Amino acid sequence: MIAETSLSVTPRRSPRRPLNAQTLRVQARRERLGRIGLTLPGSILICVVLLIPVGWLFYLSAFDAAGNLTWANYERLGRSLYLRSFFTTFRVAGIVTLLTVLMGYPVAYMMSHARPRMATVILVAVMLPFWTSVLVRTYAWLVLLQRTGLVNGWLQSLGLTNEPLALVHNELGTIIGMTHVMLPFLILPLYASMKAVDPALMKAAANCGATPAQAFRQVYFPQTIAGLGAGAGLVFVLCLGFFVTPVLLGGGRVYMWAMQIGDNISLYGNWGSASALGVVLVLATGLVLFAIRILLKLAGGPR
Amino acid sequence: MDGQVAIREVQKNYGSFKALDGVSLDIEPGEFVTLLGPSGSGKTTLLNVLAGFTRPDSGSVKMDGVEFLTLPPHKRDLGMVFQSYALFPHMSVLKNVGYPLKLRKVAKGEIDRRARAALDVVKMGHLADRDIGALSGGQRQRVALARAMVFEPKILLMDEPLSALDKNLREHMQIELKRLHDQLGTTTVYVTHDQREALTMSDRIAVINNGTLVQYDTPSRLYDHPVNRFVAEFIGESGFLPVEVREGRLTLFGEPVVSRDPWRGDTRAWMLVRPEKLAWREPEGPANRVDATVCEAIYQGDSFLLDLVLPDGGTIDVRCNPHTANIAIPSSGDKISFWISRDNTVLVEGEA
Repeated sequence: MIAETSLSVTPRRSPRRPLNAQTLRVQARRERLGRIGLTLPGSILICVVLLIPVGWLFYLSAFDAAGNLTWANYERLGRSLYLRSFFTTFRVAGIVTLLTVLMGYPVAYMMSHARPRMATVILVAVMLPFWTSVLVRTYAWLVLLQRTGLVNGWLQSLGLTNEPLALVHNELGTIIGMTHVMLPFLILPLYASMKAVDPALMKAAANCGATPAQAFRQVYFPQTIAGLGAGAGLVFVLCLGFFVTPVLLGGGRVYMWAMQIGDNISLYGNWGSASALGVVLVLATGLVLFAIRILLKLAGGPR
Repeated sequence: MDGQVAIREVQKNYGSFKALDGVSLDIEPGEFVTLLGPSGSGKTTLLNVLAGFTRPDSGSVKMDGVEFLTLPPHKRDLGMVFQSYALFPHMSVLKNVGYPLKLRKVAKGEIDRRARAALDVVKMGHLADRDIGALSGGQRQRVALARAMVFEPKILLMDEPLSALDKNLREHMQIELKRLHDQLGTTTVYVTHDQREALTMSDRIAVINNGTLVQYDTPSRLYDHPVNRFVAEFIGESGFLPVEVREGRLTLFGEPVVSRDPWRGDTRAWMLVRPEKLAWREPEGPANRVDATVCEAIYQGDSFLLDLVLPDGGTIDVRCNPHTANIAIPSSGDKISFWISRDNTVLVEGEA
C-alpha cells in the first residue's frame, strides 16, 4: 500500500536536460550515415556506367569532331531510310505489345486463380525461357519456322499447304519471336496485380446482380489496369530497343532502330549519327512511358 | 411480408470432410437469425450456399416457396455484407452503393437519389463522394451495409460483418444493426462466432457444429435450456460439475441431486454452473451444495475468478463477486461452499 501511494504522486519535472537525448540523437545520426553508406556503391555505379555514358551520348550527337555545336546528325534522321525504320520499330513494338496483352492476360488470370501447386507449375513454365539465352531461343524459332523447318514440314505433310510458307526472315517471324521473348515481362507484373485483387470483390459484384461478364468488366478489369499498363509499358519499351531477335528472324528485311544504331557504328564508324539515333530512342521511350502514365491516371484513377 | 426461407437437408462434402451434414432450417419472414458456431463448424459454408457462392452436393433452399438453390448468385436478389466489406476500390462511396441499382437498369437520377437515401439510413450521407480508401473500418462497414440493402432485397446476409472492428465500435454497431433490422423488417441471416453478439442481436440462433445443426432456439432458451454440454459451453460463461447416474438416481459428489426437470439419460450428466445462478450462502428451499477449496483467487476488477478444487479432486473456474455474494474476500487455501437452487439446476449430457 505504501509503495502504491508514493507512485501515485505526480513526478516532479527534472531541471536537468531531457533523459538520454544526446545518445539518442547520436544513434539516429549513425543510422542515417549507415543507410547512406549502404546505397553509396550502387549510386556510384549508376553514376559511372549510366549517367556519364548517356551524357557522353548527348555530347557526341550534338558536337562534331572539332567540338562545335551542330545539328547535322539530327538533320540526317529526316531521311526516308531513317523515318521508315523509325515507324517499323514502333509498328513492330505496338503489334508485339498487343499480342502479349491478348495472350498474356488469360495466362496471368489462370495463374492467379489456380491452386498454389498449379500456379507454381504455370509460373515455372512462364519463367523457363528466362533461363535460356535470347540467342538460343531465337535460333530455336529459326529451326521451327524456316522453309524446311518443323512447322512448314507439318503443314505440308498434313496437306494444309502445298509449298512452304514464309514464316521467318520477315516481319511475321520477327513478331513471333519477339512476342515469345516478351510474354514473361507482361505476365509477371500483371500476375502481381491480379493476386492483389480481393476475391470477395467478384462475389460482391455477383451479389449486387452482375453477370460474370459484367463483374469482370466493371469490377475485376479496372483493378488490373495498373499491372497491365506496367507490363505493356515494359514490353513496348523493351521492343523499341530490341536487337538480337529482329536481326536473326527479320533476315535483313525488318530494319529496326537498334539495328540502325548498330550499323552506324560497326559499318560506318559514325558515332555521332548513332548517338543521335540513341538520343531520339531515349526521348521517344520517355514520351511513351509518360503517355502511359497519363492514360493510367485517367483510366485506373480512384474513380 | 415475404422473405421466408426453408433450408432442407443441405449436404456439402470436401473429400471425406463433411462441411454440411444434412442441415435443415426454417427462417420466418422478417426474422433475424444468427448462425453461430466455432470456426470450421460449417456456418460460413451454409451462408455461402444461401448466397450461391458454394454449390452443395444436395439439398434444397426455398425462398417463399420457390427453389432457389439452382439459381446463379447474380439472380438471387440477396443483399450481402462481407467480412472484408468487399467495397469496390475504384468507385466512390456513392457509386458503390448505386452499383446494384445500375445493374437493375434504374434511371440515373433515381440511382443517386436512392443511393443517397440508403447512405442516410446508415448515417454516411455526408461522405457520399469520398473514395473508399479514405474511409475507416466502421465507415466501410456502413457503406457495405448500404450497398447490401439499397435495392431492398427480401433477405440480407451478413458474414461476420463486425469482426474487424474494435470492441467499442462493434458493440455500438450491434445495437445499430438491430435497430435497423427492426426498422426495415428484412429477413436477416447473420454469421458470427461471437456468442455474445448472437445473444444481443438475434430473434433465433442456430448453433452449428461439425456441419450439423445442434440447437435452433431463441437466445433465452439457448442460454437457460441448452440441449447438450457443447451448447452450454459455447454460450455464456459456464462450468460443469460431474453428476453420477446410477439406476436412475443422480448424485453429485455422493449427495443426491435436486432438479426440476427429470433426467432421462442413463449416461453421465453434467450440472451447469453459471456464475450469476450460484448462491454463496445457503438459500431457502432445496438446493445442491458443493464444498470446495480455493486454489487461487484472481482479482479481475468487478469480480474474482476463483480456481476451485472440488471434492473429487477436479477443478472448476467460477466467477464470484464477494460484495454482492455477501462473503469475505476469498484467498488461497480457504474452504468455500456454493449452492445451486433446484430451479436453477440445469443438467446436460455430453463428452467432457
